[in-house]
Amino acid sequence: MSNDTTPGRQATAAPDASDSLSADAPLAIELRGISKAFGPVQANKDISIRVRRGTIHGIIGENGAGKSTLMSILYGFYKADAGEILIGGKPTQIPDSQAAIRAGIGMVFQHFKLVQNFTVLENVILGAEDGALLRPSLAKARKELLHLAREYELNVDPDEVIENLSVGHQQRVEILKALYRQADILILDEPTGVLTPAEADHLFRILANLRREGKTIILITHKLREVMEITDTVSVMRRGEMTATVRTADTNPQALAELMVGRKVLLRVDKKPARPGRTVVEVEDLHVRDRFGVERLKGVSLQVRAGEILSIAGVAGNGQSELLEVLGGIRDATGRIVLNGRELPLVGRPADARSRREAGIAHVSEDRQHTGLIMDFAAWENIAFGYHHDPAYQRNALLMDNAAILREAQAKMERFDVRPPDAKLAAKNFSGGNQQKIVLAREIERNPDLLLVGQPTRGVDIGAIEFIHQQIVALRDAGKAILLVSVELDEIMSLSDRIAVMFDGRIMGERLPDQTDERELGLLMAGVTGKPDGEAA
Amino acid sequence: MDYATIIEILDSSVRLGTPLLLACLAGLFSERAGIFDIGLEGKMLAAAMMSGAVAYVTNDAWLGLLAGIGAAMLFSLIHGLASITFRGNQLISGVALNFLASGMTVLLAQSWFQQGGATPSLRPGGRFEPITLPFAKEIGAIPGVGPVYQHLLSGHTILVYIAFLCVPATWWVLYKTRFGLRLRAVGENPAAVDVAGVSVIRLRYSAVLIAGLLTGAAGAYLSTSLASGFGREMTAGRGYIALAALIFAKWRPWYALGSTMLFGFFAALSYRYQTLDIGPLHIPNQVMEALPYILTVIILAGFVGKAIPPRAGGEPYVKER
Amino acid sequence: MERMPHWADVVLVPLLNLLIAFFLSGLVMWAIGENPFEAIRIMVTGALGSTYGWGYTLYYATNFMLTGLGFAVASHAGLFNIGGEGQATMGGLGVALMCLFIPWPNWWLAIVGASVGAALLGAAWAAIPAWLQARRGSHIVITTIMFNFIASALLNYLLVNVLRPEGSMDPSTANFPAATTLPSLHQMLGVFGIPFARHTPANVTLLLAVAACVLVWLLIWHTRLGYEIRAFGKSEPAAHYAGIRPVRITMYAMLISGALGGMMAVNSTMGESGRLIMNASEGAGFIGIAVALMGRNHPFGVFLAALLFGFLYQGGGELALWANVPRELVIVIQALVILFTGALDNVVRMPLEKLFLRRRKGRA
Repeated sequence: MSNDTTPGRQATAAPDASDSLSADAPLAIELRGISKAFGPVQANKDISIRVRRGTIHGIIGENGAGKSTLMSILYGFYKADAGEILIGGKPTQIPDSQAAIRAGIGMVFQHFKLVQNFTVLENVILGAEDGALLRPSLAKARKELLHLAREYELNVDPDEVIENLSVGHQQRVEILKALYRQADILILDEPTGVLTPAEADHLFRILANLRREGKTIILITHKLREVMEITDTVSVMRRGEMTATVRTADTNPQALAELMVGRKVLLRVDKKPARPGRTVVEVEDLHVRDRFGVERLKGVSLQVRAGEILSIAGVAGNGQSELLEVLGGIRDATGRIVLNGRELPLVGRPADARSRREAGIAHVSEDRQHTGLIMDFAAWENIAFGYHHDPAYQRNALLMDNAAILREAQAKMERFDVRPPDAKLAAKNFSGGNQQKIVLAREIERNPDLLLVGQPTRGVDIGAIEFIHQQIVALRDAGKAILLVSVELDEIMSLSDRIAVMFDGRIMGERLPDQTDERELGLLMAGVTGKPDGEAA
Repeated sequence: MDYATIIEILDSSVRLGTPLLLACLAGLFSERAGIFDIGLEGKMLAAAMMSGAVAYVTNDAWLGLLAGIGAAMLFSLIHGLASITFRGNQLISGVALNFLASGMTVLLAQSWFQQGGATPSLRPGGRFEPITLPFAKEIGAIPGVGPVYQHLLSGHTILVYIAFLCVPATWWVLYKTRFGLRLRAVGENPAAVDVAGVSVIRLRYSAVLIAGLLTGAAGAYLSTSLASGFGREMTAGRGYIALAALIFAKWRPWYALGSTMLFGFFAALSYRYQTLDIGPLHIPNQVMEALPYILTVIILAGFVGKAIPPRAGGEPYVKER
Repeated sequence: MERMPHWADVVLVPLLNLLIAFFLSGLVMWAIGENPFEAIRIMVTGALGSTYGWGYTLYYATNFMLTGLGFAVASHAGLFNIGGEGQATMGGLGVALMCLFIPWPNWWLAIVGASVGAALLGAAWAAIPAWLQARRGSHIVITTIMFNFIASALLNYLLVNVLRPEGSMDPSTANFPAATTLPSLHQMLGVFGIPFARHTPANVTLLLAVAACVLVWLLIWHTRLGYEIRAFGKSEPAAHYAGIRPVRITMYAMLISGALGGMMAVNSTMGESGRLIMNASEGAGFIGIAVALMGRNHPFGVFLAALLFGFLYQGGGELALWANVPRELVIVIQALVILFTGALDNVVRMPLEKLFLRRRKGRA
């Protein structure tokens, strides 16, 4: 592989867009010919970028396109196999995070790197203490935090313990950590995935403030809207390669999407209007407490009818997961659930996941890696997972019929286009999208009356997203009820027939997708407008 | 039971609780840094043998202590290698080291001294002698508090006082120093420490080595203070009891003092009363011998409930992609 | 993508681990002034050089197969059962009660009864830590170890105060009735005209242990319970999602584990000593851990590893007899095997994976 400068394709896509923008500003970062392989996988191939000081630069691409790897190299987490990093025009070696911090780079990871039972102050000084004793460091950080809060709208209580903070505030702590270490260059990896639209707006205001103060920001995201809204320049990555760098003002979402995927994509799901039938499931006044006694569901009521998709919108952690878990038989609750006219037990053994499946509820859990699949099991074993009591899988009273399961798995994997179509391969060896297809094949092919789907496309590449959406819609069109939970508003807007918004364990209101917009949903998600359902009556 | 007996039992609780305390603090450092250490038992055993052997040969208790610490730290290093560098299973490594200690101590002691796997009895210089605190006799004459001073506080070996001083020291290190902050952080979320540019590996090795130091002292105490010489399997499950005490103490230094002294008290009871008659009920000596183990189970089952261990405990740290 | 071929994973890695452990054991021997090569010679002739040696090797292997299987079953459920020793001790009590208090007409009814007794008490002894883990969250490693100590004290009490025959000074039960004597390997092979040394403890329990290997294999990979045990062991939240009940699996896995460990006593107590003595399990419960780890928790692996440890144990005994090396050498070897096959596995695995990767890349 050649390590010399810009490949022809990039030059044609954008004749060095960054140069024409704020030409007076010096380069903050320049990457030249970065390549990195993990075993047989080439994560980054000959990547070059130039980012000017005081700008916000977006990097977009699908899952697995190599964005995070590239930024991890910049932050010293990985060592590039080839290539060069220039910070402020000077070639810089970044062997570890310490070196990155010294070079003025700060990073806000997608999964925050905070110590949950430490205070904000302790988290901020961790690794940047001024001496062997804590007291002086804590005092200094307290002063500095006040100053930063004033300057950038970064208010957080310095003495609060992290686990008591909202996700948005935790993210501010991450930004504060970087600024406390005097970062000039800030990298944010998918920063809005966990935020409400209002919190995201606040974040963008903070970023704008930082830009005004001359900080350079790199924003990694897969959300085209954000790129259009806040960035000055944008680079597109696909399969480890940089396919284009353009000025944001000169492009549009459709063009960026095509650059990301390498072909034309449908941003909206193509589906016929729903023809809802009888009520399949009716939930009334559901209450759930977690093991610490905190109430997570505070009287949720809803109905899903045959042939419709009801989506639950909301910021992660507002009770959607608990709702799915109660319906799926993973969590005890009080209240009432009626399925096909029969009331379901809500506590103990009769309410476990096995009974729920027997009652006709299939469940695609939010986290396939920890719950939906056993990663060490072969694909065929996973196809039986949860349904391993099925008489079709038994040879006799004692022994299972492994050969029958294998045959069925092979067939289901073919129908769902799982690649590679090898049922004997362990689940962990499939890509995220294909793992999700295995779960969906298992659950959808059971032809359930009610399908629970959590985050169906999290960590799934765009090609697979389309396929997964089509399968869900097909099940709807077959007259089944579908309850979908997703934190992606785009997905909710395009898939659902009705939308219910959850906030703090309550349903804030229901809307129809063609009679609402993201702004209204966002406000509901933040608990701002509308009265909780229960109190409205 | 009269006052003198109570003082006597408490005094014996302190003596028997001391090795538990040292081992418990050792476990605390290790587990707070995210490394589970079921191998406290083996480290203590190895240290007891080495310090018994060296103290006998040199007739110097301090050299014995050093040798014990050296042995325990060597074991710690192996545990670190397995659980930090090679990301192995920490439970398995601990269990393996316990067996290794159990076999090696007898093998070496037998090869060196030919006394059936024990070390010879220590002469006076090879043992740590009790220290009489100032005016012990005079204050002892005062009724009430006097005997407490004379018999309970005074008259222990230096290692007992060191062990007790380790409690505030541990608290101070853990909560007031940069090292302590980082140590606690690495046991909760090593990724946070790593991205802050601090070496997870170095921190965890330090914690594991401190655990070696403390278990070394605990083992040396067994063979050069509590007894005078090493006998095979002389730790008799103390390492595991110390772990139970650590869980009971919710991984906190001051609580550790309380819980180890409680277990020391159980041990003192079973030493003092080989058999016990409560009214018509006769409790045989086998039950009294098993008492500390039974109570350990009961305490783990009944009182711990929601002890939340360090979140990253037992998990080797691997950088995510 | 798989990192390395399956055969390397299940054969090459354990084999190399074992070699390292043996090499270090050799160093230990050398360090205490013995000649390792001479020691190996003594061990091989003593354990494998005659049918007499084989008789002992197979006897020990029988013990280790059962305790190894016990540990392996719990391990599949993600439970670390170090209580094999205590469970075997209680199994011995079960065997003794069955043999002493029920007048069995012949050996094969007696072995059924004794197996049931051993399995029941072994399982009961595992049940308490299992329940405490499942319901109260007590650390199963600590509780099972405590139960080893408690079992030993309990047996001590029973042997001294209850089961000891009048006038005997020995803390042991009376001899079992003659009808409970199990056929030895000598007798069994004699039927087929195969000569085998007379005075060795190897007996019909060996077949029981081999049958247990087959049954455990069926259980783990061909039954719903086994499927649930494995799923639970790999991921507790996933098992919950699939409707697998944690308490039930923890209990079943530990009951089976304890029963297998307990059944080891059929071999040692009924097959060998013919009465219950103190410390009849002789550390077999612990060796089971090494056996299971080496055998990768697979019954066939356990079978092979048990043979290996049978050889080591018998060879170690010979060594103690002829070369003044304490029997504890076997514990050291066992420790090193656990360390290298269980915890330091990556010492071998990491470089091997790199090697295979480079080879594949070179081919591609």
